[in-house]
Amino acid sequence: MPEPLLQVKDLTVTFPSTSGDVRAVRGVDYRVDEGEFLGIVGESGSGKSVSSLAVMGLLPTSARIEGDLRFRGQSLLGMTDRELSALRGDQISMIFQDPLSALTPVYTVGQQIEEALHLHHKGLRADSAHKRAVELLELVGIPGAERRLKAFPHEFSGGMRQRAMIAIAMANDPSLIIADEPTTALDVTIQAQVLEVLQTAKEVTGAAVVLITHDLGVVAGNVDRVAVMYAGKLVETSGVDEIFAAPHMPYTMGLLRSVPNMLTAGEQRLVPLEGRPPNLAKPLVGCPFAERCPAAVDRCRAEEPELEARFGDGRAVACHRAEEIAAGTLRPEDVFPRPEPEQREVAVREDAGPIVAAEGLVRHFPLYRGAVFRRVVGTVKAVDGVDFEVQPGQTLGLVGESGSGKSTTSLELMELVPPQSGSLVVAGKDVSTLDKKSRLALRKDVQIVFQDPMAAVDPRLPVGEIICEPLTVHKVPRQERDRRIGEMLELVGLEPEMADRYPHEFSGGQRQRIGIARALITEPKVLVLDEPVSALDVSVQAGVINLLEDLRDRLGLSYLFVAHDLAIVREIADTIAVMYLGRIVEYGPVAEVYEKARHPYTRALMSAVPVPDPVTERSRRRILLTGDQPSPTEDIPGCNFASRCPLLPLLDEERRGRCHGEDPTPVRHGASRVACHHVDSIDRLDTVDAAPQPSVTP
Amino acid sequence: MSTTPPADRAGDLAEDLEPTAGLARHQKRNRRRQEDKPYRPVSRSRLVLRRLRTKPNFWIGGVIVLLIVLFALFGDLINVYELNQADPYSFNSPPSAQHYFGTDAIGMDLYASMTEALRMSLLIGFLAAPLATLVAAFLGSLAGYLGGIFETLTNSLINLLLVLPVFYMLMIISPALATPETLPEWLQWIGFMPSWLLLVIAIGLFSWMIMAQIVKNQTKSLKEREYVKAARFMGVGTLAILRRHIIPNVASLLIIDAALGVAMAILAETSLSFFGLGIQAPAVSLGTLLQDGTGAAVSRPWLFVIPAGFLVALLTGVALVGDALRDAIDPTSEVNRA
Amino acid sequence: MTTYILRRFVNYAILTAFATVFVYIAASLFFYPRKRYLGRNPPIPESTQDAILSGYGINDKDPVLLRAWWWFERIITEPFPEKLGQDLTGNWVIQEMGTRAGVSLRLLVLGSLIAAVLGVVLGVWGAVRQYKASDQIVSYASFVLISTPTFVGGVVLMILATELNNLLGFQAIRFTGSYTPGFTGWEKWWDYGVHLLLPTIALALFGAAGYSRYQRSIMLDVLGSDYIRTARAKGATRSRALVKHGVRVALIPMSTYFAYNFGTLVSGSAFLEIVFSWRGMGQYGIQAVQQSDVNALAGTVCFTAILLLISSTLSEVLYAALDPRVRV
Repeated sequence: MPEPLLQVKDLTVTFPSTSGDVRAVRGVDYRVDEGEFLGIVGESGSGKSVSSLAVMGLLPTSARIEGDLRFRGQSLLGMTDRELSALRGDQISMIFQDPLSALTPVYTVGQQIEEALHLHHKGLRADSAHKRAVELLELVGIPGAERRLKAFPHEFSGGMRQRAMIAIAMANDPSLIIADEPTTALDVTIQAQVLEVLQTAKEVTGAAVVLITHDLGVVAGNVDRVAVMYAGKLVETSGVDEIFAAPHMPYTMGLLRSVPNMLTAGEQRLVPLEGRPPNLAKPLVGCPFAERCPAAVDRCRAEEPELEARFGDGRAVACHRAEEIAAGTLRPEDVFPRPEPEQREVAVREDAGPIVAAEGLVRHFPLYRGAVFRRVVGTVKAVDGVDFEVQPGQTLGLVGESGSGKSTTSLELMELVPPQSGSLVVAGKDVSTLDKKSRLALRKDVQIVFQDPMAAVDPRLPVGEIICEPLTVHKVPRQERDRRIGEMLELVGLEPEMADRYPHEFSGGQRQRIGIARALITEPKVLVLDEPVSALDVSVQAGVINLLEDLRDRLGLSYLFVAHDLAIVREIADTIAVMYLGRIVEYGPVAEVYEKARHPYTRALMSAVPVPDPVTERSRRRILLTGDQPSPTEDIPGCNFASRCPLLPLLDEERRGRCHGEDPTPVRHGASRVACHHVDSIDRLDTVDAAPQPSVTP
Repeated sequence: MSTTPPADRAGDLAEDLEPTAGLARHQKRNRRRQEDKPYRPVSRSRLVLRRLRTKPNFWIGGVIVLLIVLFALFGDLINVYELNQADPYSFNSPPSAQHYFGTDAIGMDLYASMTEALRMSLLIGFLAAPLATLVAAFLGSLAGYLGGIFETLTNSLINLLLVLPVFYMLMIISPALATPETLPEWLQWIGFMPSWLLLVIAIGLFSWMIMAQIVKNQTKSLKEREYVKAARFMGVGTLAILRRHIIPNVASLLIIDAALGVAMAILAETSLSFFGLGIQAPAVSLGTLLQDGTGAAVSRPWLFVIPAGFLVALLTGVALVGDALRDAIDPTSEVNRA
Repeated sequence: MTTYILRRFVNYAILTAFATVFVYIAASLFFYPRKRYLGRNPPIPESTQDAILSGYGINDKDPVLLRAWWWFERIITEPFPEKLGQDLTGNWVIQEMGTRAGVSLRLLVLGSLIAAVLGVVLGVWGAVRQYKASDQIVSYASFVLISTPTFVGGVVLMILATELNNLLGFQAIRFTGSYTPGFTGWEKWWDYGVHLLLPTIALALFGAAGYSRYQRSIMLDVLGSDYIRTARAKGATRSRALVKHGVRVALIPMSTYFAYNFGTLVSGSAFLEIVFSWRGMGQYGIQAVQQSDVNALAGTVCFTAILLLISSTLSEVLYAALDPRVRV
């Protein structure tokens, strides 16, 4: 075997803390070969970022790092900061998660790229550094590079900042690029662009790439080899095809089975992976996953399995029962059986009509300038005339990227105040006719579950009080309230005794259940679910989604489900509304829209969603959108989407003119409504290979 | 001055005690299996106290303040001389076994004056600071939550008061302490207050602005918190939301402010009295003692050095405790940085 | 950009005008200038008192708001030195300010500049060496200095200087008043400098202590930020990343803090004027309070407010210069 580029041996990282030392990384071994693309997968707290920061020598000084890190045979751990600095950015470079804070706000993008060059080439002339910076910026697909170099980071969008980060990382032709969750903070269409650029960077520099992520879909489509990390240790490493086809470690199995796949979602229930990772500040006995592993035996609880290559196929597994799994006597479906679906027993009364109906709903915010003499300088068209209905007992999925106005739409429903324009009817009542008293009464029928389980419940109140807060408004007697609290906790799968505990004792998934219990206590008819699972780890998502489905079907609830994750929407929704810049561009039954999307934006969105299946990922046709979503303050004549539309370049002059001149209104096609002039030409997107083009945003 | 730098930092406190922050957020997952025996988590205040105990500044400052408070309360028990009782046999005597802190030109015992002066200064400091904090909490949270015209009004008031140094405002009302009888008739009631109370109120009413701005900004961000939105969507009233969700969440900020405010208030009182604009004879405070001592600073240094030493020690002690409190309450200040 | 700063300036100016009128009203309510004519022997007839007080525009028999209006009106209508009226000694307030302002500004400008530079340097240094002995020493020193009011610090310095002079046997450090009369030429300037020494040290140390605490805590926040990590990932050494990226960003919030803290320094230097017997604006103001001199006080407050106005505007300019995000 040739000498590996990077060899990590028995790496441990310990953070001292007042409540005991936290062993964030507990003995990790892996190697990265020249030119390889390795993915490290793990949930939050698994130690995946910490281990790569250790390689870079960028951990806080308080961290204790032990083990052996070798880059091309040189030991990294013994190096001084000066020696490491000579290596960093030259041989090894890194891309970080949050492009907003990772660039220094006070220097231009050009200065920051050029600094990377100057640091490793003393005496490099300013004009050649500048030339190289232009070249790099063009390479990562930022048009008008010469001009954009003078821009400050805040003048860049998130996707462009991440491109600039990649440009910095590849500036000195490194041999290893470590990308730590490079797309997590980005929208899915931008994620697709950035991953594409990362691939370009890899090709241009010939560097090996280590991609750290929690997203199995991202891994499936990009890497050669996968390492799965859990509780500070690698638990399985293998080639990407092997690991997705036949995971050999129950944790990997659980992870793979809990992730919804956009192409297949909705047909079968998700498999939840219960529990949470162990506390690394406490001593561990046995396999760290044993507590959550349905296949755990006594040995698992007593002795921690080592990561061993047992099968001679390059696969290494840390599991006592790996042999049984490899032999096929212990199959994923035995370890994590699929739960039975709940019957949708509540009959939908055909005559009932929609429980929520919005028509031409508008929400504009004035844009102010100036602290003293505030004056309106523009209008943010957050919601710009949308129509939708939520049918009783059904789920409407509202999807879109950030800034599309989907959350504003849902909050507009919660406010129950007369809309700026259009009409909103909730439970048969037009909200513009409500007085104070009837509005308060109607609030009982409409409740909300928020995204962030950390922020959605007041950390200073006991769970019981949180849950019964809605009842205090409606003057329900104490005794009745206490009874209902117990009932609700049971309903969402928690125990009634938990009522007097505080939120911080609960995991993210459990807190989300608390939020659901609070929403259900008034026996509402409609639940607004604002990204209810997007802040949760994948393994926890499945359990919450299943619970929501069960509750809907058992209690006959209606959901307005706001999400950016198309796979989850396909899983839970009956109808889908795709939003772009404050408008609904496509609206229709889930089955139809996912099968045959008619709007080019929907097509692009769906093609950008990574699918956790390497085989499909390789063969899928991709439609890459160019550039970023325009600002909702812009006045765009014609179609909002025209600036990024992948279909537009395929049309003839005359039809293109229509897109730029005439604002499309939703038109019925099949069971759907689509706001596009050229639905008939949509299939052209399949015939032409829509090659990625550098983004065009002024 | 509409921008308040301390607010930037205070913003960090928003995340306050969300049990984990930064790196720690990933690592310290508080895990307990549900079948474990009933388990009481460490409450927030317990956590703060635990962290506080590890801060040397807390101990150093705390011991200094405690000793001074004990001295102020019980120091006169071991003294034979009383306040304002001149000793006709020793003028200008340096510290001795008889007069522990010496005497002044008319034979007043400095030790007796010191205990009384410290009581006065401590009383004013420990009352004025919480008063300012209370005003800040009330106006700040209400302005932040209600927004609109109320916020604009509060902002204008804050900005108006911030344009002028606090000290000038305090100076202006000082005639009410010295010659209350000259006040216009409708303000006569002010003159009926004991001078320490008037000072407490004046200092309290002129030092809430910065904190109110911080609380206001904090409230605005809390208002966007999902649990506050949830409460609003449930129909919970404004005052109930403030009481239940907002104030408890800025409480830690307020505690820090009150602690640091004590030093500010003592300093304000001392400065005023030093220029004869605060506490009036025959009452004594640290400021009046310093005023008397300054003229003699070179010839009879004890008259200046002793009150000055006590003042600096007291203020340093309070500042140290406040600083430790801030570190303990704000976990991000503890995380060891790169 | 310029319009932004202009707009801020106008905003501050309006606030300043309101604040000054507010102060005038408050002072008119609380001050009782008539007291200096009471209890005289022979008694001054009330009509004479009224005439004198009315001449100054501060007769308590006139309604407060009316007096405030007169004062404000005078600013607009009267010729230049008479704009702010007369103080109780009969001098035009503006003329008095003219002779005193220079004295005050000398101390204030020098002291606060030294304080700012020293504070920033110490704060950065402390943060970079967090928890090391040198950081601890600077920290405790600044805690003690913050807790030392300038008038106490000034007196301590005076005692030390006296000791030094006694030791040397001649007046090495002259500290009474702002100058010694009788010098000419370069000796005069040297004399100014010597007199400046102690009060400037007192003011600068007090200010630097506060600035260094604040700079240290911002620096600590900045140290953990992602862009420092990015800079190091590019290959910058820790110290280079801290200085080039960290300090540069940490200076941004400092620029607002300078303005915010300037008020404290203004009162601090007023105390020092009294302690060192300087005939400056601070001394004028405190004297005005002691003598119930409404017009003199209003003049002082005007002066202070204008200083704060300038410092706020300067800090806005500095802020905009440092932070590209506010340059629109």
